[in-house]
Amino acid sequence: MTDSKYFTTTKKGEIFELKAELNSDKKEKKKEAVKKVIASMTVGKDVSALFPDVVNCMQTDNLELKKLVYLYLMNYAKSQPDMAIMAVNTFVKDCEDLNPLIRALAVRTMGCIRVDKITEYLCEPLRKCLKDEDPYVRKTAAVCVAKLHDINAQLVEDQGFLDTLKDLISDSNPMVVANAVAALSEIAESHPNSNLLDLNPQTINKLLTALNECTEWGQIFILDCLASYLPRDDRESQSICERVTPRLSHANSAVVLSAVKVLMKFMEMLPKDLDYYGTLLKKLAPPLVTLLSAEPELQYVALRNINLIVQKRPEILKHEMKVFFVKYNDPIYVKLEKLDIMIRLASQANIAQVLAELKEYATEVDVDFVRKAVRAIGRCAIKVEQSAERCVSTLLDLIQTKVNYVVQEAIVVIKDIFRKYPNKYESVIATLCENLDSLDEPEARAAMIWIVGEYAERIDNADELLESFLEGFHDESTQVQLQLLTAIVKLFLKKPTETQELVQQVLSLATQDSDNPDLRDRGYIYWRLLSTDPVAAKEVVLAEKPLISEETDLIEPTLLEELICHIGTLASVYHKPPSAFVEGSRGVQHKRLPPRAGSGESTESPDVGQSGPSEAPPAVIPSQGDLLGDLLNLDLAPPTATVPSVQPSMQMGAMDLLGGGLDSLLGGDIGGSPSMGAGLGAAPAAMPASLGGAPAVGGGLGDLFDLGGGVGMPTGSYVAPKTVWLLAMKAKGLEISGTFARRGGIIQMDLSLTNKAMSVMTDFAIQFNRNSFGLAPAGPLQVLTPLSPNQTIDVSLPLSTSGPVMKMEPLNNLQVAVKNNIDVFYFSCQYPLSLLFVEDGKMDRQVFLATWKDIPNDNEAQFQIKDIHLNSDVASNKLQGSNIFTIAKRTVEGQDMLYQSVKLTNGIWVLAEMRIQTGNPNYTWMCWRRPHVRECVSQNDSPVIS
Amino acid sequence: MIGGLFIYNHKGEVLISRVYRDDIGRNAVDAFRVNVIHARQQVRSPVTNFARTSFFHVKRSNIWLAAVTKQNVNAAMVFEFLYKMCDVMTAYFSKISEENIKNNFVLIYELLDEILDFGYPQNSETGALKTFITQQGIKSQTKEEQSQITSQVTGQIGWRREGIKYRRNELFLDVLESVNLLMSPQGQVLSAHVSGRVVMKSYLSGMPECKFGMNDKIVIDKQGKGGTTDDSGKSGKQSIAIDDCTFHQCVRLSKFDSERSISFIPPDGEYELMRYRTTKDIILPFRVIPLVREVGRTKLEVKVVIKSNFKPSLLAQKIEVRIPTPLNTSGVQVICMKGKAKYKASENAIVWKIKRMAGMKESQISAEIELLPTNDKKKWARPPISMNFEVPFAPSGLKVRYLKVFEPKLNYSDHDVIKWVRYIGRSGIYETRC
Repeated sequence: MTDSKYFTTTKKGEIFELKAELNSDKKEKKKEAVKKVIASMTVGKDVSALFPDVVNCMQTDNLELKKLVYLYLMNYAKSQPDMAIMAVNTFVKDCEDLNPLIRALAVRTMGCIRVDKITEYLCEPLRKCLKDEDPYVRKTAAVCVAKLHDINAQLVEDQGFLDTLKDLISDSNPMVVANAVAALSEIAESHPNSNLLDLNPQTINKLLTALNECTEWGQIFILDCLASYLPRDDRESQSICERVTPRLSHANSAVVLSAVKVLMKFMEMLPKDLDYYGTLLKKLAPPLVTLLSAEPELQYVALRNINLIVQKRPEILKHEMKVFFVKYNDPIYVKLEKLDIMIRLASQANIAQVLAELKEYATEVDVDFVRKAVRAIGRCAIKVEQSAERCVSTLLDLIQTKVNYVVQEAIVVIKDIFRKYPNKYESVIATLCENLDSLDEPEARAAMIWIVGEYAERIDNADELLESFLEGFHDESTQVQLQLLTAIVKLFLKKPTETQELVQQVLSLATQDSDNPDLRDRGYIYWRLLSTDPVAAKEVVLAEKPLISEETDLIEPTLLEELICHIGTLASVYHKPPSAFVEGSRGVQHKRLPPRAGSGESTESPDVGQSGPSEAPPAVIPSQGDLLGDLLNLDLAPPTATVPSVQPSMQMGAMDLLGGGLDSLLGGDIGGSPSMGAGLGAAPAAMPASLGGAPAVGGGLGDLFDLGGGVGMPTGSYVAPKTVWLLAMKAKGLEISGTFARRGGIIQMDLSLTNKAMSVMTDFAIQFNRNSFGLAPAGPLQVLTPLSPNQTIDVSLPLSTSGPVMKMEPLNNLQVAVKNNIDVFYFSCQYPLSLLFVEDGKMDRQVFLATWKDIPNDNEAQFQIKDIHLNSDVASNKLQGSNIFTIAKRTVEGQDMLYQSVKLTNGIWVLAEMRIQTGNPNYTWMCWRRPHVRECVSQNDSPVIS
Repeated sequence: MIGGLFIYNHKGEVLISRVYRDDIGRNAVDAFRVNVIHARQQVRSPVTNFARTSFFHVKRSNIWLAAVTKQNVNAAMVFEFLYKMCDVMTAYFSKISEENIKNNFVLIYELLDEILDFGYPQNSETGALKTFITQQGIKSQTKEEQSQITSQVTGQIGWRREGIKYRRNELFLDVLESVNLLMSPQGQVLSAHVSGRVVMKSYLSGMPECKFGMNDKIVIDKQGKGGTTDDSGKSGKQSIAIDDCTFHQCVRLSKFDSERSISFIPPDGEYELMRYRTTKDIILPFRVIPLVREVGRTKLEVKVVIKSNFKPSLLAQKIEVRIPTPLNTSGVQVICMKGKAKYKASENAIVWKIKRMAGMKESQISAEIELLPTNDKKKWARPPISMNFEVPFAPSGLKVRYLKVFEPKLNYSDHDVIKWVRYIGRSGIYETRC
């Protein structure tokens, strides 16, 4: 048997020849010809011209030939829909065949033919097959429902297939159950709010029973489905966990990981003092370790997941450090992941071992791996204080190797160590300075310059060193230029007599000869500072810096929670939410962990339960948070483990905040008072969880319509109720809740400040970090009277949109700093995008038409608004109140279509189409030219629109 | 779910392409070729994402298998499936090679149609598949045969068909262990573990119920509690602590979870019953003692001693010690007391082979390595010395206690079954840093 010959025919006139062969009378010849056709199809040749001839071969009792023809059909039916109809009869006949294998084959193939006309004929056979006596046919039909739904969702609903599918969950055959679950889960994903997968204790019980009996793949489908269930109480949660744990011994790693996902999720609901909780924790470690003996690709998936698990529940693997030691033969992707986990597990108990390993790794061949190992040594120093000394000496050893990239990496991490333990290891500076010439990477150069500037008073020839960098100033990267500017200013403030010339030189280089606005801005600020008030300058520039936190690379808690819900999937491999890489409606809904045990009676509505005090969040400073932390420290070098390309913008962030509020700052408002530093480290963690994700936004969806209930009511823009932004317990007694509103074209931030502390609060001030739309306070925060204990005061702060702009994630995120006589507090909140819809957003009809056509498909987003029963006029009226203007309206097939335009404060136009069909509006948003805005608009604006 | 599955040869030519989902276009085939197979830099992850499409790949000899998706699929499942696909192909036409794939492309399409439906993996047990996917053409089956096939494919015992008959009921049980070690130059064990497999070949009639027992510490301790105290003390020594184990899908996991007993209806023929891992009380069959001395800039002196550490009556086989040499090695002189040693320039290593070695013995090799002077600043990474061997015992200490067979419907009993048990311990990654 040598089928490979089919791949080799390349002569001309091939199609013609094949045609003749296909129409041959001899069965064998026919089959040969079809094989050739399939071979050509595989290698990418177009053989669609043979469609009728191949379809003619379909009616045969030779199953092999039939399968080949079906394969051809699946590929080409879409390009020849009319011809495809020819095949329908055979399919329908096959669905009635006595042989269950043929019945299943027919229904399976039919579902793969994505031609509208065929789907009509598919319904009847499918209905029969769903109730077939043979389980093999039923399990195939179950998947076919999902196929049909993908082609024509409405048809599936109308024909009642969903109910039949639900019934199959109770089927006696475990594989039918598994496939039905898979199909339902997929369909449910595209209807986020439907209650399709109506999971209740009875169905869960059925699933758990089927779990013991079905194939390994079926177990995965069922476990993944179970993971989306929310148990009613901790008892139910425990009983499910008990029935899922045996799966941890399955040979299939995917079964194990899916079981881990269910357990990690449901564990959240178990009280920590429960014996079972401890048992479960113990049971989780061995299977996770076993995953590391799987094939390398699976190891990689497992390691990415373990990385998440270790961040969520470090106790599970804390004793398993050794299994993450890198083996010489591991593929590089496994090595890098193991290294990451080693650092996360490093503690005082095992640091000696870890360091010895890391030192080994630093002599390996792979450059990326070596760099990461060196960096890891630095991270250990910052994480485990007791080991800092040893880490530093290890790093010095490595610098002695003179391997260029090792030296550079070591210098970058040593700078971080200085920032964690100031005035402790400065003795090594001399060694560092010896390597100045070999540094060719911007990050390492910047780090070295920072060190020289920071310790200028202890380095005798600091001025010479910095001067040497100044020669090639314009060839340096921005990162280095900014750092050099700051370092020289520091040097000047420390040794003013000898370095006046140098500082003049750098200021003129930065301000007069540079095209880079950030560099110029920073230069001017220093210049002005130095010329107006050198004392203040000293206080600002040489202010005491906050210590850097031990972990700068932890995943932000809300994202981590979401990723835990996606264990085993691509999201957990990429460490990104599904919405970041999946197109369309699928996966956009955010999953959440169930509310933690003991957080009150909120178990029934997980989204509300979030406000309950969870245990103290780890001291995470997400990358944006760093920016806040750096507010007052002009000279802060970029933190460890962030992508280099981000750094310049972060420093700019620091710059701009200072630039914008320079006057008030110098006026002593926030001033360079050294005591400030203390509060900075921990602050950004205090973001109220309830603001985190889409559910909170979704909640406001209905409100808008409720608010504007009657038609006669005065229309106005929608104002969401106030939510708590800053919890009292996290802000030394100050609680802030607030909302945003647009009144008469002015954006306002409505705040309620409550003093829950024992002492009086005074001296309030507010600052915003730069944000996507340049929101900034238009005036100072007016809190005239001191706020006495238990008093609440409402303030409206007018905002302007002329502030500095930086893209935030999510786009509408706003980071706010509020100061009072006690401390400075940070929180972030999200403003509704409707805030930015301006009053003159009505587009000319002609312009609208032209623009609409020009918008590329990529810029389009669609979503549905549920449960709103309004006619188009009322809706249009209401939307106008929020500055969403209806340009045109037409009625097509009973649907009202509204065409609307919106203009944002920054001049971006958003065009929208709204289809209203008996209370089921479907929105298409099209954004002109700016695709990234589109995503945000579609995501965040559903509340506004309604 | 999986949107498409492609198989390429080493040049990046498509051998098999099957698309399951509408969101995967023909351009995905090319995207993978351009970005992974022909990538200028070696791709450093088995999962890659281009243009919002994710590609999972595994490589078998010079054949690439790639699964493609645009959704948030279960990544672990996709890889498990790709491995399974390789197993199935191997079961049908042995080696996965370009030629075999081209020769069997019709079969492969047929298999792909069966084991992946709309991107959802379906029953992929070769035992079941071989009953109805054959290349012999379909014999006209009776209705009974057909329903037997379908009930096997979808049934609870998908891995075994009914009505198997053997004249002689036989069982072969292999305990295969690979012992892994990482040792510091000073002889400190940095990490050591045994990963073991119990592989079974069963030739049994009917639908036999089997029960497998080994010296698992938890089981023995439990039994010890019931018996006298000396008993538990004695058996405690012989029992081993298993860190974790996983089972073939035929094993009833809930029963293992509750009673820690391993019961199952075995597939016919060869399969892997369980995998396990131990880290405590491992018998390390060999100890490697390295001594590397740099004599000036152009010479290295290496001395390596190996010691065997097991019963003198047992023989280890296929012993191989691999001593890495620097890249700038110009010449090597080797002296060894036992076996043969050779410097292999292409592999940058001295390979020392000994055919057999009894327990509690010692052997030594010494070598002088001449180096070419270089101005390369990069230091030699000193890869670890690795070792290969095979020993006729289980380094974990695992012992099979019993394997019982019950088949109530047919007239053969546990005693009539001929059983063979064999222990083989092999080196996994057995390295000593120098």
